[in-house]
Amino acid sequence: MHEPSGLIENLFVFVLASFLGLELIRGVSRLLHTPLMSLTNAIASIAIVGSLLITGRPHEDPVITALGVVAIACSAINAVGGFLITERILKMFKKRSD
Amino acid sequence: MHEPSAMSSAVQYVYLASAALFILSLKWMGQVKTARRGNWAGASAMVLAVVGTLIGGGISGQGYLWIAGAMVVGAAIGTPMAIVMPMTAVPQRTALSHAFGGLAAALVGVAEYLENREHLSTFTVGALSAEMLLGFLTFTGSLFAFGKLQEIISTRPVVYPGRNIVSLGTLVIAVLSGVYLTIDPSSTLAFGTLIATSLAFGVFLIIPIGGADMPTVIAILNAYAGLSASAMGFVMNNKLLIIAGALDGTSGLILSILMCKAMNRSFANVLFAGVGAVQPSKGGAKAPGGKTIVGYSIEDAKAVLEDTRLVIIVPGYGMAVAQAQHAVKELANVLAAQGTDVKFAIHPVAGRMPGHMNVLLSEADVPYDQLWEMERVNSSFPEADVAIVVGANDVTNPAARTNKESPLYGMPILDVDKARTVIFIKRSMNPGFAGVDNELFLLDKTMMVFGDAKKVMTDLIAAFKEGAH
Repeated sequence: MHEPSGLIENLFVFVLASFLGLELIRGVSRLLHTPLMSLTNAIASIAIVGSLLITGRPHEDPVITALGVVAIACSAINAVGGFLITERILKMFKKRSD
Repeated sequence: MHEPSAMSSAVQYVYLASAALFILSLKWMGQVKTARRGNWAGASAMVLAVVGTLIGGGISGQGYLWIAGAMVVGAAIGTPMAIVMPMTAVPQRTALSHAFGGLAAALVGVAEYLENREHLSTFTVGALSAEMLLGFLTFTGSLFAFGKLQEIISTRPVVYPGRNIVSLGTLVIAVLSGVYLTIDPSSTLAFGTLIATSLAFGVFLIIPIGGADMPTVIAILNAYAGLSASAMGFVMNNKLLIIAGALDGTSGLILSILMCKAMNRSFANVLFAGVGAVQPSKGGAKAPGGKTIVGYSIEDAKAVLEDTRLVIIVPGYGMAVAQAQHAVKELANVLAAQGTDVKFAIHPVAGRMPGHMNVLLSEADVPYDQLWEMERVNSSFPEADVAIVVGANDVTNPAARTNKESPLYGMPILDVDKARTVIFIKRSMNPGFAGVDNELFLLDKTMMVFGDAKKVMTDLIAAFKEGAH
């Protein structure tokens, strides 16, 4: 169980990270919006941490393991695929002089 | 529920390093020069997070087996999807990955609820409800967006009377179920209703949306996927999840705001207006004044392109559909060889996702300093000898400036009509995705060339090469 102090800490982290995100994303050139999207998509697969914790715990109910396994696979698709496609897209950007 | 173990405080430092790398990753993504480093930083952060979690304790031997199997399957699906997929399919892939992201978050929420419903605090159940609501609606919404982008289902908005009441009503029931579940976590009825209505709302959200509004919608789904991961962080008391989810959430939010601004429309208008549903009945090739639109030949087009100083090429979704980006680049080479300066004018909402045209043209080896943003290139149109419109339509429609009746009114457009001559390549006389006629077709300076974008480009290149001999 969480203490209320854990909640308020988490809210601080969420709000500060959101403002930081706003500043960072505003700095991204419009040219790069597609790779930005595939990158943030890969970053969102951080949800894998949650699915690892769920799946890793010993369970009596196999349904929970099954849900966790599907969730890990989905996040792994996004993590691996997301970073690979971002790399592939970024490699194509060239300057005239290059 | 998660007892702090001896290892778990060490793991927090690994998570901290991972969070810092995610932030650097987005910072470096800001510029082309550092973008690849940014991607590597992001990938390293993900590896740290996964390894930290795996060694952090609390995982059983059996658990490791399941995890290894699931990760191998995920990597085996994700790798070919990223490597073989053609660049024109990037919007579909993005939609599909939002679906996977939403599903993963939602399933973890369901598992957490099933396992711990008796021990969860009120706030945790609230966060859990938010996680499931966002996760499931992102899942079905993104699947339908994928279906539209892949043209498995109609790209035209599906509208029916009272659709906004149906979809908002569904959302209200979903939220109320979440609230009820928070008050009474043992209610399986509220749990089931929450899941069913969240899934349904995702569908209702996407079907009234037309192809041209996809860039905004993909960005919104991106934000939802991130927020569901953040909600999971609140449920699991995990700050790394909260931070990475918030970064993704704000990214999607900013992109969708930028897309809305580029169309001069509000979120509500994009989501609920069903723009593009009504096909104008008067349409066709006849202008109001009875003027008939005639098609010009490749030779005519070639003639106006000869001895030009500045040509601006305006690509749109039609270029992606026809896979014409390489042919377009080759025509640009031919023009450059005769001494013409060639610029590409990129409208922020051209294509089906933010930045779509930049990626396709980069794939065709167009240097990125030749890709001009709308605000910078618009002042060049009056000096341009020719503007070539390849597969774009609504983003060039002067009605956006003048005609208050037009659904496009107020949208910033590329000032194609200010060029001396406009070559407009078009498959047929069907209106654009917003379902409106383009006044540009009726101007005396406009030459309509009908045909598949790639075919027209290849024929033009051939005509130039013949002329050279």
